[in-house]
This record gives sequence, structure tokens and C-alpha cells, in this order.
Amino acid sequence: MPYPECMQESLNRVETTRARRLKESMLRMSLAEKQQMLEGFHPDYRAESFRALSVGANKGDRVPHELADLLEARSRIDPAAFNLDRIDYDTDVLILGGGGAGTAAALTAQEHGVQVLLATKLRWGDSNTIMAQGGIQAADKENDSPARHYLDLVGGGGFVNVSELARALVTDAPGIIRWLEQLGVMFDKEPDGTMRTVHGGGTSRKRMHSCRDYTGMEIMRVLRDEARNQGVRVLEFSPAVELLLDDSGQCAGAVLYDLETEEFFVVHAHCTVIATGGMGRLHVQGFPTTNHYGATADGIVLAYRAGASLKFMDTVQYHPTGVAYPEQILGQLVTEKVRGLGAQLINVDGEQFVNELETRDLVSAAIICECTKRNRGVMTPTGMFGVWLDTPMIDIKRGAGTTARAIPAMVRQYKRYNIDITKEPILVYPTQHYQNGGIRINERCETGIPGLYVAGEASGGVHGRNRLMGNSLLDILVYGRRSGKNAALASSRVTLGSLSLKHVEEYHRELIATGNGSERVAPLILPDYTSAVSKIRRKGAVPVG
Amino acid sequence: MDTIVDATLKRTETQEEIQPRMIGVAFAGKRYSVPEGLTILKALEYAGYRLIRGVGCRGGFCGACATVYRTAGDYRLKIGLACQTMIEENMYLTQIPFYPAQKATYDIVELRPTGEVFIRFYPEILRCLQCNTCRKVCPQDLDVMRYIAAAQRGEVDRVADLSFDCLQCGLCASRCPAEIAHYHVAQLGRRLYGRYRQPLAMHLTQRLAEIGEGRFDEELSSLQRMSQQEFESLYSQRDIEPEEVVPAKKED
Repeated sequence: MPYPECMQESLNRVETTRARRLKESMLRMSLAEKQQMLEGFHPDYRAESFRALSVGANKGDRVPHELADLLEARSRIDPAAFNLDRIDYDTDVLILGGGGAGTAAALTAQEHGVQVLLATKLRWGDSNTIMAQGGIQAADKENDSPARHYLDLVGGGGFVNVSELARALVTDAPGIIRWLEQLGVMFDKEPDGTMRTVHGGGTSRKRMHSCRDYTGMEIMRVLRDEARNQGVRVLEFSPAVELLLDDSGQCAGAVLYDLETEEFFVVHAHCTVIATGGMGRLHVQGFPTTNHYGATADGIVLAYRAGASLKFMDTVQYHPTGVAYPEQILGQLVTEKVRGLGAQLINVDGEQFVNELETRDLVSAAIICECTKRNRGVMTPTGMFGVWLDTPMIDIKRGAGTTARAIPAMVRQYKRYNIDITKEPILVYPTQHYQNGGIRINERCETGIPGLYVAGEASGGVHGRNRLMGNSLLDILVYGRRSGKNAALASSRVTLGSLSLKHVEEYHRELIATGNGSERVAPLILPDYTSAVSKIRRKGAVPVG
Repeated sequence: MDTIVDATLKRTETQEEIQPRMIGVAFAGKRYSVPEGLTILKALEYAGYRLIRGVGCRGGFCGACATVYRTAGDYRLKIGLACQTMIEENMYLTQIPFYPAQKATYDIVELRPTGEVFIRFYPEILRCLQCNTCRKVCPQDLDVMRYIAAAQRGEVDRVADLSFDCLQCGLCASRCPAEIAHYHVAQLGRRLYGRYRQPLAMHLTQRLAEIGEGRFDEELSSLQRMSQQEFESLYSQRDIEPEEVVPAKKED
């Protein structure tokens, strides 16, 4: 018996109501009902969790405290003393980040005949891309169109998406799928080549393409394999700690830090692409996260110091279905494809409370409402709350064996804890998943700082205030390719002056003038999950060597 | 230890008082006392390790945290992903965050999905001793030996299907007496399958032609120009493709 005694009674109710619920479906909420639910229960609406930035291009704009702490912080290097005379690497295009966006940018830049250097914080491919399970959107079926995709994208984003970015996303989407097909990505297809597509939250057509429930991993490992075949130069365990500008304010490369030798390296680059991903590991408002270890907003910090603007940084996506039990995998992702395949969300009484295919912001708010105000959550042995995701419905609706074929990673994840998701439901609660906003770009991935481009989760605008499932894998590839192309084309035209960290000196002066950031340094690079006791033991110590 | 929880859902009062039982484990031969119930990854961090290698996605997808261990009194070597495997009393372990393995360089466009491709790029697969250690060591429980046998026979489809859930952690390569880098063989097989064995999606070809003709340009421009009110109304009234399986029905 995998579930403890205290959860059994509710579990029985889920089973009792299942036959009836198979024939039922919740009505979707009107826009007014949706807004009311969001304002009441979505974490973005907790005013006390945000503060106005005191420095930089977005001075006065509110962002989560956890991010403000990093933006109102000093550099890891002393900009006045740092030696820029010795250049360690010289390249046409420098790409920061080795996930899907960075690797797509690298491949595309090399297609355009320029020299690329890709620097990544952890191993190449360690990223949120590899964790994306459910799918990638593209309007390529007969009953669908890029315009419909646009309607869903902007409607789901709260009608505030940057329209040029949204248009480019939906228009490039089919071409991205074709590119992946030709690289040898194994999409779920019918024998005649027709894509097997399903719904995601907020889609009006079934346009979610998948590779079982390893979609991101399949895409990442193919892109990385191809980039290895193409001889892309890569530096692993080498996060960027600062951007370099030249004396006329053009981006001219970056300072990298080797995590193993603890040395700093100067990279001189004609163009630089930031593809460093999001901020899940900041644990905004104390939420657990689905994100990988390195998701610490580094690129945001660097670009902001260099003068770039941010967009929608006051909005975070909480994925409705993070693991709430067992405790060991708390907060890890349960793919939305589970709901796309027909599993309903069920409260402690065995009843539905929200249509499971509403947009993520709304489903998360509804789950939080159910577990707090309505007190209809299921309590775990450690005092956490969650709601059921009724996974056995999938095989009942779609035939035995569907679950095993369509979501093998989920089956495996729970099997490790003796839970058979084809026979028993699983307990979920929202978890921090995605940075809806980011560095402001245009459809060419330009930032306003000449020579600096941004792609993927680090950028902001395309998803508005709420991203739909399957638009992130699409985003990183559309804008990864656009940034790689535009950076490659621009790199041959650029003439750089002498390297400078004056922008960091100025930022430090602004921090001091506003009474901020004397204690903190950023970027964070890696989170610290050592125990409180361990932290006490380390305190005051000077590292050996 | 990653004790972060949602701020809205504080643990209950009694929970704060429960002291976890501590158990003894050893990392690279050195003993630590850690609370039971943790994953290996969280136990390492509890013990004070600030990991750079041996940690990645923390969710069982990247293969960075391959770990080998024994438990006291048991001769058997066991394996697991540190982020997915729970600690056991008297476990002693080390992580294998990197293992050297040779990858062939090829141009996927030039290849054909024929049987000889595997042996051309990875002739060492013929040295397989059928010891089945690769299968026993796979944290994803894949039948690694069977897909290597399929590669020897040139069966692209079977290599692709059997290896699909591979995380490329490299444990198979670390234990193979024939020095095969199984996961690179599998990668080649999957790319051959995806590019050559699966037909291209014809509806995608059709759509690309329509986009090339600019068929959606005007509609997209009109959506971009639309007032928010008009757009909201269009969004609210859009028809949603029904699930073929269950007809929509009113809630109770």
C-alpha cells in the first residue's frame, strides 16, 4: 500500500466517483470569473511578495524580492581592478547557456559561417529544456492555423504579449518542427507520418507535438549530438559572471568563471547571445520548483547591469501539477500531458473543481483556492496539502497501455516509490515552473544594447503574463535560431573598441547612492542547499588554497 | 536539505517537533549521519556538499548524477540516479558524473538507415560478450544489451524504440568489458529512425507551403491591430476542438 492510512479515505472517494466523472467535464470559466480567481489566489497577486527596484533601467518596477535581491547586488569581480588586457578567447559569436536555446543558436550561427563559442554553467544540455516533458506547439494540422495559435497564445497570456514576438513564434513554428524532423527527432507519429497531437491547457486545437514524455530530452540530445558533429566549441562549467562592453557601449563579450579551477576568463566576442534560462532556483515566495539546478537568473542580472530593460518580471508561472507526495520528489514536474490525455483534478471529496485544461495560471490558482479557502485539499503525512490528479482515467478512456506508451517517465518516476499511476491517482500542488517575463527583446532578439541578443526563457514578452504548455520548447528554438542567425550576420559588420567594465562601476555607484547591495553579490550561479548546521560550520572560514 | 515549501501552506505545528531518525551513510568512504527518507542528492547536501558535478536537473531527466553504491554486508554493486534514489542505512557510494566515451562524427544528411551504419561507426559493438552488465547497471531499466544486439543486426527501428528513454548518464559505458559506448550507438539509431524511418508529416509540408505563400499574413496583421475588447471577445467565443473520447458535459 503506497499511500499512507491518512490518505486512504479520500483515495477511496476518488475511486467511487470515477465512473460518474468519466462522463462529466467542468465548464470553463468566463474571463471575469478567471480574473476573480487569479486575483484571489494566484501568487502573483500577493503584493507583499514584491518590491520596486531601486536601480537600473526598470527602477520603480516591482519584481519578486528574491530577484530584487540579485539585481540590487554587487558584481563578483572588482570592475576597477579586473585585468582586461589578456584575452583568453576570441570569437565571432559568444553564446551563454547550453540548453535548447543556446544550442539552437550555436548551430544556426555556424550554419551562417561564423565561429561560435558556447559557454555553459553545468554540463552541456543540463537545462530546463531537458526536463520539458509534454510537448511543443505548432499549428500544422488542417483544422488549425498560425492565426489560431496566435489567438490562443495571446489570450492565454492575458492579452499583453508583445505582438511582434507572438507573431514570429506562431509563424516560425511549423518550420521548427520540420527542422527537428530532418535532424532526426523522433516525434510521436502515425505510420503515415501524421503527427499525433493532443491538447494543452488553453489550446483550442490539438497542436501539442510530443516525443513520448521525454520531448525536451529528445530535442536536447539530438541538438547536442548535431552540434558535436558540427564541431561547436563548448566550455562547460564556465558560467558568465559579467558582460563586457566596449568604450562605445557595444556588447563585446563576457567574463567567465571556471567553477573547477576558480579562474576568470575574458572572452572577446563581436556578438553575444544570452540563453541562460530562468529563475526557478530562486524559490520565489518559498515555492518548490521543477527547474534544474542552474536556473538562477544569471543572464537577467548580467544584462540588467549592462543597461538592458526587463519586461513582465513581476509574473511567475506556477505549474499546477508539481509532486505533493511523496516528499522525496516534492515539487518535481508532473507533465501537463497527463491532463491532455484526460486525467481530471479531484479534491478531497472525490469531486472535480476546475476544468483541467484551463490555462496554467488559472488551474494553479484554483488548486490553491481548493487547498486554502475551501479547505478541500488532501493532507499528506508531513502536513502538506494537495489535490488528486486522476491518472487511471487515461487508460480507461484511451485503452490499456496508453499510459505506459505516452508517459513512460511519469510511470517510472512513481514506480520508484511503489505507486502505479495506471491504478492509483497522484497528489499534486503548484510548483514554481517558469519565468514568464525576462529581458526585453524585439523579434530579431535585439536588446537595445548593440551586439547583445537574448533567446528563450531569459527573454520576456512573447508569452505575456502566462505561458501556455508547449510554447516554451517552441520559443527556445524559434528565438534560439533567430538569435543565432542575427548575431552571426551582425558579427561580421561589428568593429569593437577597447573592452570595458565601466558599466559595472557605474552600477556599483548607483547601488551605493541608493543605499543598496553592499552585502550581496550576484549572479548567484548555484543555490546552496546545505543544511543549517553545515552553514554554521562554514561561517567565517577562509577557503583553503 | 531542500526544505523549501510553499509559504501559504506551512507545515502543521506538530510536524515541526518531529525529529527525523538519523542513519549512517558514507560518501566516498567517509561517514556521515543524515535524516532517513532523503534522496542521495539531498543527503549529500545535508552533509555539507555544495555540488558542482554530480547534480543537474534534480528531476531524473539529465543523467548528471549517476551513482554507484553498496550496502554493508552485501557484495552486490548497485546503481541509481542520486536525485531519484533514497538513502539506505549503511550505504556507501560514489558518484560517476563523467565517464570518457567515444562519439562518432557523422553527417546525418549523408547517411542511410542501413544495417552497416552501426558497425561502420561503432565496430566495437561486435565485441559484445553478452554479459548483460549494461542492462543491470541502467538506472532507466532499459534492455541495453538487446538494443546493442539489434544494432549488430542493423535493426534501426528496434535500437530506436528500445533505447528511447536513455538519459545518456554513461553508466553502461563505465561497466562494459567490451568498451562499448552504448548510449552513443543508441543516439545514432534514434536519429536514423527519426530522419529516415518515420515518414515526414505531409500536413506540415502543406502548412509550410501556405506560410511561404503568405496565406496567414493578413489574418495575423488584423489580430495584431485588433482592440483588446474585440480580441477578448474573439478569444472567448473561439471554438475548442472536442476531445474525441469524452463528450463535454455540464458539471453537477
